[in-house]
Amino acid sequence: MTAHATSPTSGTPATPATPAAPPSVAATALALGDDALVLSHRLGEWAGHAPVLEEEVALANIALDLLGQARVLLSLVGDEDELAYLREERAFRNVQLVEQPNGDFAHTIARQLYFSTYQHLLYERLAASDGPLTGLAAKAVKEVAYHRDHAEQWTVRLGDGTPESHDRMQRACDALWRHTGEMFQPINGTADTDSTDGTSGIDVDWPEMEASWTASVTAVLDRATLKVPEGPRTGAWSAGAGRQGLHTEPFGRMLAEMQHLHRSHPGATW
Amino acid sequence: MSDTKDWPLWEVFVRSRRGLSHTHAGSLHAPDAELALRNARDLYTRRGEGVSIWVVPSTSITASSPDEKDPFFEPSADKPYRHPTFYEIPEGVKHL
Amino acid sequence: MATAAAHQAAGTPAAHATSDAIGTASGPDSGPDSGTAAYQAAFDTAVAAEERIEPRDWMPDAYRATLVRQIAQHAHSEIIGMQPEANWITRAPSLRRKAILMAKVQDEAGHGLYLYSAAETLGTGRDELLDKLHSGRQKYSSIFNYPTLTWADVGAIGWLVDGAAITNQVPLCRCSYGPYARAMVRICKEESFHQRQGYELLLALSRGTDAQHAMAQDAVDRWWWPSLMMFGPPDDESSHSAQSMEWKIKRHSNDELRQRFVDICVPQAESLGLALPDPDLRWNEERGHHDFGAIDWTEFWEVLKGNGPCNEQRITQRRRAHDEGAWVREAAAAHAAKHSGASGKATA
Repeated sequence: MTAHATSPTSGTPATPATPAAPPSVAATALALGDDALVLSHRLGEWAGHAPVLEEEVALANIALDLLGQARVLLSLVGDEDELAYLREERAFRNVQLVEQPNGDFAHTIARQLYFSTYQHLLYERLAASDGPLTGLAAKAVKEVAYHRDHAEQWTVRLGDGTPESHDRMQRACDALWRHTGEMFQPINGTADTDSTDGTSGIDVDWPEMEASWTASVTAVLDRATLKVPEGPRTGAWSAGAGRQGLHTEPFGRMLAEMQHLHRSHPGATW
Repeated sequence: MSDTKDWPLWEVFVRSRRGLSHTHAGSLHAPDAELALRNARDLYTRRGEGVSIWVVPSTSITASSPDEKDPFFEPSADKPYRHPTFYEIPEGVKHL
Repeated sequence: MATAAAHQAAGTPAAHATSDAIGTASGPDSGPDSGTAAYQAAFDTAVAAEERIEPRDWMPDAYRATLVRQIAQHAHSEIIGMQPEANWITRAPSLRRKAILMAKVQDEAGHGLYLYSAAETLGTGRDELLDKLHSGRQKYSSIFNYPTLTWADVGAIGWLVDGAAITNQVPLCRCSYGPYARAMVRICKEESFHQRQGYELLLALSRGTDAQHAMAQDAVDRWWWPSLMMFGPPDDESSHSAQSMEWKIKRHSNDELRQRFVDICVPQAESLGLALPDPDLRWNEERGHHDFGAIDWTEFWEVLKGNGPCNEQRITQRRRAHDEGAWVREAAAAHAAKHSGASGKATA
């Protein structure tokens, strides 16, 4: 998963460190790394708050897997801590889905279902391809398969549990639905990079993957006696979303908390 | 409200590596077998302790009682002829 | 991390077996007197011979009650002990530290689970124990009623609080009750990284910028005395100690363990470049131990009573997590009831 020679592009904006990977791969690594970093952080917020002790352990396992992935991916781009702690909100490239607040357990599970299904499909494809992220994906795909299974198991139990859990799970699936379309936009979707063909550094048939995702999620929701949400899958803001550095309001507060200590001691080592 | 009252107790058996038997690792609560297996994976193999897991509802295990210890286990203590060391073999005889 | 310090709350009623599951007790412990003397003699002989008592063995009611109380307090301490450290997961200043801290807090949840399992072998369910925690009828280690005010507190907890806990716990690996001893073996093995990461964290701060060094010293100043209190009241005021020693649930006295801990910490503090906040701390050649200053037992008893800086906050958060999780637990139980025919099968 080290540097591969690909055509240079305008690179990743606001990346403070010298990229260790070519700019195109760096953009992909940054986007996927930010996804993992941000979701890991959100899952970490559950510590001490989970509905049952067994689930404390399960959520922490997932958070740790994601943090491990984030560290590998960000290290392809630059210094992991500089990237995590010293970028401004607008420089983060994660999809908006992963930054959504935990909400109740149903919201967390819906977020996990949507994202881990996506991540599993994507890493399967990357692991099977011959590219700079193949090695990373081959390892991560096993972790992510487990995350997906965990989310599916809980979606079914909450959807097909009690009337209350059914309502909560349906509300959660509906609420997060509008953040799911963004995941299938080609990753280098910024105005300054998408003009160059193949610069994402990965070769993924996004529409095909989206179809797989929809089929899989639909099947799980069916088993869970839940309705597939009907609303739009992307926001109406033509400026874009997370992959373009446009985030939702709660994300700024999340970063403020995450970065404050590191930023309070410039240059310190920990 | 009930907590784990409706989440039965499961006993967890882990095979630490191929070639070894599953051994009892501990117990946990889970609503059903699938989640019991997953909870066991998360709880008892966080540090790579296992390659295979069994979960069994605790209520499905029938155990011998300590009260029956003597009738159960003592009779086997006086049959030394079941052990190879019981037999005397002349020096120098090999592969026995 | 947690501690099974000697100070325990008011007695817990003896738990009796309610099912015949593996590990739950049977035997004539509430039966007629005639056989009891023989059972008592067999129990005493086994304990004296350093044999382990196993769940289905006969045991005196008071032994069972003491174990349930101690194991429950220990389990509660693990669970409540997640909170002060989880307080810093979202602010950990590097990704490496964040991963370490998440893994550590996760271990604490796992250790709580191992210990609740051990308690369940005595016939007391986790529901009942959590209920007692939530209603204040069972205690957890008072150390967790202190706040984590800075990042350095995460290090101080690892070094001092986990250090004190390990000093307490290692002898518990030889506890006379099998399931507790086995849980402790596993816990001690897993916790070996907890103390080291705390020490390493403090070392980085101590050798870092002036502000970091000051942060580390401040944390050690605040955590040192509460850590010494973790070993429980002085031996002459410890109500349960003598009987627990006789039963080999406890192996060393509170003061013995406290002294051992102080002796271990002094050189470690020197290597850290941090001072321990005790002007009376000095080596006593004659005793072969460090002398140390008087512990403020008033503070200890007050915090134990509920007047510590975080008692209310800790138990409120625990209760809230439990209450807010009720619908999830019910949903999974309801789902299992609907689909009870569809369970997976194990094959060798």
